[in-house]
Amino acid sequence: MNYRGPFRVRIDEKPHPKIEHPEDAIVKVLRSCICGSDLHIYHGMVPDTRVGTTFGHEFVGVVEEIGPEVTKLKVGDKVIVPFNISCGKCAFCKQELYGNCHESNPQATAVGGIFGYSHTAGGFDGGQAEYARVPYANVGPTIIPEGMDLDDAVLLTDVVPTGYQAAEMGGIKLGDTVVVFGAGPIGIMAAKCAWLFGAGRVIVIDNVNYRLEFAKNYSQCEAYNYEEIGDPVEFLKKATDWLGADVCIDAVGCEAGGQGMQTITGRKLMLQAGSATALQWAINSVKKGGIVSIVGVYGPTGNLVPIGNVVNKGITIRANQASVKRLLPRLIEHVQAGRLNPKGIITHRIPLENVAEAYRIFSDKLDNCIKTVLIPPTVRT
Amino acid sequence: METLKSEYSHIKGWGIDNDPQDEPNYPMKNYTGDDHMRIRWKRPTLQKVDVELLLSTERPTPSAVFGSKNPPRGLSGMIRRYAFKYSENEFKHWLPLLLADRVDVVEGMIEDLIHLKFPRVVKERGWYALAKHAPGILARKIGVRLAVLAAIAGIGTYKLAKS
Repeated sequence: MNYRGPFRVRIDEKPHPKIEHPEDAIVKVLRSCICGSDLHIYHGMVPDTRVGTTFGHEFVGVVEEIGPEVTKLKVGDKVIVPFNISCGKCAFCKQELYGNCHESNPQATAVGGIFGYSHTAGGFDGGQAEYARVPYANVGPTIIPEGMDLDDAVLLTDVVPTGYQAAEMGGIKLGDTVVVFGAGPIGIMAAKCAWLFGAGRVIVIDNVNYRLEFAKNYSQCEAYNYEEIGDPVEFLKKATDWLGADVCIDAVGCEAGGQGMQTITGRKLMLQAGSATALQWAINSVKKGGIVSIVGVYGPTGNLVPIGNVVNKGITIRANQASVKRLLPRLIEHVQAGRLNPKGIITHRIPLENVAEAYRIFSDKLDNCIKTVLIPPTVRT
Repeated sequence: METLKSEYSHIKGWGIDNDPQDEPNYPMKNYTGDDHMRIRWKRPTLQKVDVELLLSTERPTPSAVFGSKNPPRGLSGMIRRYAFKYSENEFKHWLPLLLADRVDVVEGMIEDLIHLKFPRVVKERGWYALAKHAPGILARKIGVRLAVLAAIAGIGTYKLAKS
């Protein structure tokens, strides 16, 4: 996969990745996904996204080559590759903040290295390819348990951990009302995971009806179209005895619709780091003293949010990139026990060669698309 | 808890990860007793820097690993070098990078043409998928583009005729 500019990607032959660091591994990709956050770089919204970059931070594969310092993997191992690149040694990795590694991104300090996510996230090529270079192979990659479906495994690289951490950061107490903004794959997974923490009521808000219908069935929750309920904040207040939700989760990020001013200044004119509508609604819908959990991706500059309301309502905001390595053991248990069914959200399996169509389908929400998996040609033959 | 559990018995695993001790400020720091030492970690082996690497002004040295593909090039590279004179705290860092990205797109097209590779815009934009699943949207996109082209051509012709 080769990025050529906003809304333009294609398949090209690129040199086979090489071992560039003693802890590198080269992985032959078996499955990769297009993530909702890939759309932000596909749309040209993330600074320092260079032409020629291969996207893809959700992938699983088989280890084909290892560097001299790799001790925990061997050639032939099938691995889940977390989307974050983490050294395991820095102060932040030691705190299990694997999404905030300080030894994987020279270009920016606010974000750790991420596969295929612009030079702002380290300039690494990603896994929407036949082969990928995986740094720190002793730390991130986790061997796929025997019997686990590859389609389940590939969703453990990002979607499931991010959805789970969104719920976890909500500090959900038994019986809490949890509102999730966004019915994309992450929002659907966050709603599903909210139950694991004991939520009493889970509500998903979006404006795409087929996704709301999917969320309702998959996540066993309530789902509402914000275009049909009037002011969503007022609607949610009314639905929660006029107090607000205990926990609100922003699973949308910088390309939210729903409010003209945010859309114009954030998405059209790019005067702020994306449209912060979901975050605004989350802050205004949560109860006093409630928690807003943010996993939606925003740009590095600034956003217009009602920070005064955060102060006046005493809201706690918790946010981070998912710490995939920390969460994987527990999430694998959930999948194996049948409590989570990640592959249930996959609606499209598309040959890697058709990556441009795959991006268009996901970006424009065509053909009732929820989640797209790309399958390289070498795996299909 | 048990009453609630029965109420949600239709949801597999309901409440299984509930932790009454979990309060805001999670993930908790993993205090090891020698927290004051945390900034002096033993660095991993350093990747050899054999490409031009633009370094955030907010760190003294490159991270131990980095992506080595697509180093700065041409005019976009010059703009990127300018941007990296400023910290991540500055708009002067981020806005030039967005500009550089757009310049890079043009440079990519020129590079393609030099290699006799003609941009296949319809294919690269995934319009085949639009034609299959949303022909109306595709027609609108094409219509808007044609209208813009016609307007530009009209204005050009008018100005030429006037001069």
